Amino acid sequence: MADETEIKSSTPRYADASLVQARFASTIEEITEALGEVTVIAKREGLVELMTFLRDEPSLRFNYLSDIGGLDLGEFATPRFAVAYQLYSLEHNHRLRVKVFVDEDDAALPTMWGVWKTSNWLEREIYDMFGVSFDGHPDLRRILMPADYEGYPLRKDFPIKGY
Amino acid sequence: MGLETKIGEILPDVLTTRLDSLVNWARKSSIWPATFGLACCAIEMMAMTDARNDVARFGAEVFRASPRQADVMIVAGRVSIKMAPVLRRIYDQMPEPKWVISMGVCASAGGVFNNYAIVQGVDKVVPVDVFVPGCPPRPEGLIWAIMKLQEKIEREKVFTEESAA
Repeated sequence: MADETEIKSSTPRYADASLVQARFASTIEEITEALGEVTVIAKREGLVELMTFLRDEPSLRFNYLSDIGGLDLGEFATPRFAVAYQLYSLEHNHRLRVKVFVDEDDAALPTMWGVWKTSNWLEREIYDMFGVSFDGHPDLRRILMPADYEGYPLRKDFPIKGY
Repeated sequence: MGLETKIGEILPDVLTTRLDSLVNWARKSSIWPATFGLACCAIEMMAMTDARNDVARFGAEVFRASPRQADVMIVAGRVSIKMAPVLRRIYDQMPEPKWVISMGVCASAGGVFNNYAIVQGVDKVVPVDVFVPGCPPRPEGLIWAIMKLQEKIEREKVFTEESAA
């Protein structure tokens, strides 16, 4: 019995996001749960404030942005792109995913550089691969591909071998 | 023939040969590689120098970290588009005469990395003397390439019209 408790506490779980739902009602569109993973679907308006709260609130304390992922839903989808922030709390050993959808003709999000410094390179990678830009980013350049590279390789309409 | 036999009688310590043969023999017996390990092929390239394979038998065991001391560049692995200018610069820094071995299918033709990031054959960036097939080639394969290169060096002309001018 004691062993079981130990295993449970050492396995990262997803945080209870209901705390932020009422507080950021205008930013959060939906909170979904699948296979024990919680995803907060948010709008970009008020996103920085939401993220700052998630980082600073003592019961959540997401002090580590472990990754940012990009998603292209295809050239006919509206909105076309999604950006997913994978958050982790070293203090509470729990996780949360925040997902934001953006349109192709206005593919821009506010930078999270002011919240987590690690978002600098992660956002550059999303910009490099998907062409989603980040307003207020201190150094928005390509990170993986050469500076003179044409196109955004992980978009669905990008030819597999490049232009 | 006449002259060689005469000299052999008068001066038994003297060996006559063509200058091409002498210089090419010296060159092919000591091909120092520049390290250009880019991926898993580099592991096999290192294995080539170990006790079992012992490329020192062919005079190519002295891997140089500086291209200025190297004779052959072994491109071992996939070359990304971002790496290509760096590879070309290393090649340009090598003194003449110089040769290139393209090791493995990735360096030779892109291999499984038929995508946006990888150069589809290093011969688009530098002239290649020997291509080695394999994924990765065994150390024996790379030694075969060095022996092929030695055969090629034997056939080279030391003095060309270019060097005489």
